[in-house]
Amino acid sequence: MEGTLIPMQDAAVITDDAKLLARLRAREEAAFDELVDAAAGRLLSVARKMMPTEADAEDAVQDALLSAFRSLDRFDGRSKLTTWLHQITVNACLMKLRSKRRRPEKSMDALLPEFVSDGHQKTPQKPWHADGPAGIEQAELRALVRSRIEELPEQYRVVLVLRDVEGLDTEETAAVLGVTLDTVRTRLHRARQALKTLLDPYFVEDDS
Amino acid sequence: MTNNDYITCRELIDFIADYLEQRLDAEQLRDFERHLTVCPSCVNYLAAYRRTVQLGKQALAPTEEPATGLAPEGLLKAIKAARRNAAV
Repeated sequence: MEGTLIPMQDAAVITDDAKLLARLRAREEAAFDELVDAAAGRLLSVARKMMPTEADAEDAVQDALLSAFRSLDRFDGRSKLTTWLHQITVNACLMKLRSKRRRPEKSMDALLPEFVSDGHQKTPQKPWHADGPAGIEQAELRALVRSRIEELPEQYRVVLVLRDVEGLDTEETAAVLGVTLDTVRTRLHRARQALKTLLDPYFVEDDS
Repeated sequence: MTNNDYITCRELIDFIADYLEQRLDAEQLRDFERHLTVCPSCVNYLAAYRRTVQLGKQALAPTEEPATGLAPEGLLKAIKAARRNAAV
């Protein structure tokens, strides 16, 4: 879906939830279009971080907004409209990912640090290169890290994206995923630990 | 590390996320920082963990895609048309 980019309209369009919601529930044609114009860009940005291709991300956003329109009567207004749309988009992405999962996920346990019986690290952590892998361009480094993030099990990767990249706080992430605050904190910490383990081979300083 | 007054590496690593979010209470923070004074491995682990968070943000930051808040016109039209066709 190529074409001119439409800037997100004034956030007030979707922050004034009550008015917009009333117009949407009254099936006012212009209200649907306003919501699409105002929200699609933000939702696409989220979907791009979860989906392997641009087309998959756009499909997920379309599914999400259509699903939201069908479910308007079930939106109870306790969360912001934007949070609710975010949640539906994440769920649309997760459903698509599950339907097209290509390979078994890595075991999380194998990516977490191991400890000996007295609680100390089994293998001491060596320092990382301050500048990253030698001779690697910035774009290559980003691609490398992205590929390792894609190896994380889905439930951990999603939390990493929402918290560390999208900038949602713990409460917002818990609301989007329908899990507890402790679950968000645990998954985020494990996701970061696992990603560190996956990056160790590229960043650990040589002994030589 | 043989002094039992020190927290273990396992405890320190469990605390890292809370440490970075400044969620440790004064006693936990003291224990955390005290462990770091005697454990180079955990100093390295904490530094690598911090860097990992930074690398993750950079890797997925929107530099190769339209800025946040922008959507292709074709996508907007497709969603609006799909809604009308589905009569939702």
